[in-house]
Amino acid sequence: MDTRTGAERRTSCATARSLAALLLLAGLASAAQAQSGETQRLRSRALAATCATCHGTDGRAVEGEALIRLAGMPADYTLTQLLAFRTGQRPATIMHQITKGYSQEQLEEVAKYFAAQK
Amino acid sequence: MLDRRQVLERLFLGGATGGMLASLSGCASTGSASRAQVVVVGGGFGGATVSKYIRLLSDHSIDVMMIEPNAQFVSCPMSNLVIGGQRQIADITNPYTGLSSKHGVRIVQDRVSSVDPAKRTVALAGGGTVAYDKLVISPGIDMMWDSVQGLQEANAAGQILHAWKAGADTLALRRQLESMRDGGTYAIVIPEAPYRCPPGPYERASVVAAYFKRAKPKSKVLILDGNPDVTSKGPLFKKAWSELYPGMVEYRAQHKAVAVDARTNTVKFDVQDDVRADVLNVLPSMRAGELAVQTGLANANARWCHVNFLNFESTVQKNIHVIGDAIQVAAGMPKSGHMANSHAKVTAAAIVAELKGLEINPHPMLTNVCMSFVDDAHVIHVASVHEYVPTQKTFRTIGGSGGVSDVRSDLEGRYAQAWARNIWADALM
Repeated sequence: MDTRTGAERRTSCATARSLAALLLLAGLASAAQAQSGETQRLRSRALAATCATCHGTDGRAVEGEALIRLAGMPADYTLTQLLAFRTGQRPATIMHQITKGYSQEQLEEVAKYFAAQK
Repeated sequence: MLDRRQVLERLFLGGATGGMLASLSGCASTGSASRAQVVVVGGGFGGATVSKYIRLLSDHSIDVMMIEPNAQFVSCPMSNLVIGGQRQIADITNPYTGLSSKHGVRIVQDRVSSVDPAKRTVALAGGGTVAYDKLVISPGIDMMWDSVQGLQEANAAGQILHAWKAGADTLALRRQLESMRDGGTYAIVIPEAPYRCPPGPYERASVVAAYFKRAKPKSKVLILDGNPDVTSKGPLFKKAWSELYPGMVEYRAQHKAVAVDARTNTVKFDVQDDVRADVLNVLPSMRAGELAVQTGLANANARWCHVNFLNFESTVQKNIHVIGDAIQVAAGMPKSGHMANSHAKVTAAAIVAELKGLEINPHPMLTNVCMSFVDDAHVIHVASVHEYVPTQKTFRTIGGSGGVSDVRSDLEGRYAQAWARNIWADALM
């Protein structure tokens, strides 16, 4: 049997409602955060996938062929090479033409992505 | 944008907070909502790649069924080397089994007879229907037989081939060249652009010339082009023909074929004189694969399919995406296997985003590389990078990027071999 007064009951209900509202807000905020993290992850994977056609899915190139594996390559090294292709400092048959289509930020993003692959 | 159900699902996945919210709000659990099903029609460079990448990019949370009539993937890129005798058909053939065993794609070996966009189902030629949330059609090209009178019959009889879909015809054309006398003429007839694989006909002429130089040196290669000039890598091809095959390869522009005479193995043109050849290889005009046309998706001149370039959704039907050679291309976008692979990845990411309630990438990118052999070992390339431009709602090649080879080289020959092995693996393994 509930021995609380009407006022007490109302306070308790109001507290529950406030708590629910707070949790809802917190939930939505974390959902939004999770969504933006997931969106970013999907975009990075899709951007890196533009390299996969020649360098293998997630940078794991077919072994024993002339095109190199990017998976697990240190990000700094990959980025340095990509930028050297882009300036023409490192000679290439094709990579100087490809890298000129990507911004510095995009090259950093793919370099980081492949470094994180095994 | 997230809808309410998706917000709730997300909160449930997030743990205790969601559970409490659900009990307070009195909402029933939606945690067991059925999984989204994507159906992919066609297992070429576009279809196989989009199947694999929807599985990968969704962390295997979206079911994918791929419907393809062929038991194995026979690659059009590198198939000219089978025609030239530099490779065997086994070298360009790969199984589909990796898609099912490694990536969980359900493969149905059948043909789709029709699509019902209102009910969101496809009917299989072998019987039964399959429901989809999203349908991706990657139907490749079909031939416009009426563009060259008499060709369909001559092709069906096995006499005048196109061999523009790799497989049995690739081998049949090879046999025709093998049985041709030394001193004979091989003629390839090219339709007006756009057609599948812009540099393909010129590569084929080159590797056939390499075969003749080795085995039948008195023979000729005649290129009869419906276009005003070589449509891809022109200066590089012409340099290769004059330096590697002097007096053997002849290029004639402005030769638009209108008919063939199978009795005399002759091709007729709208303006130019008839040409007779010992081996006649005629490519008619091409359009989107039959299924796309019959579904009413070919809304560009009743030939190619207009798509929304952000997600490759048909501009005719919601929830039906078209990729690969069948689409009405953006400027500078070739109909190639590499480009179909690029379409597939943008489409896979967009479908995964949409089905998960995430915002679709407003700035997708595409790349293309076409590598052509000019003899047994030397290759020339054309490359491009494309970005989506929101204000124009289409892809544009990025200024300063892309280009062609400086010179033909055996280094690029090794890269071409590696490219093929990698793009096959990227689609299938």
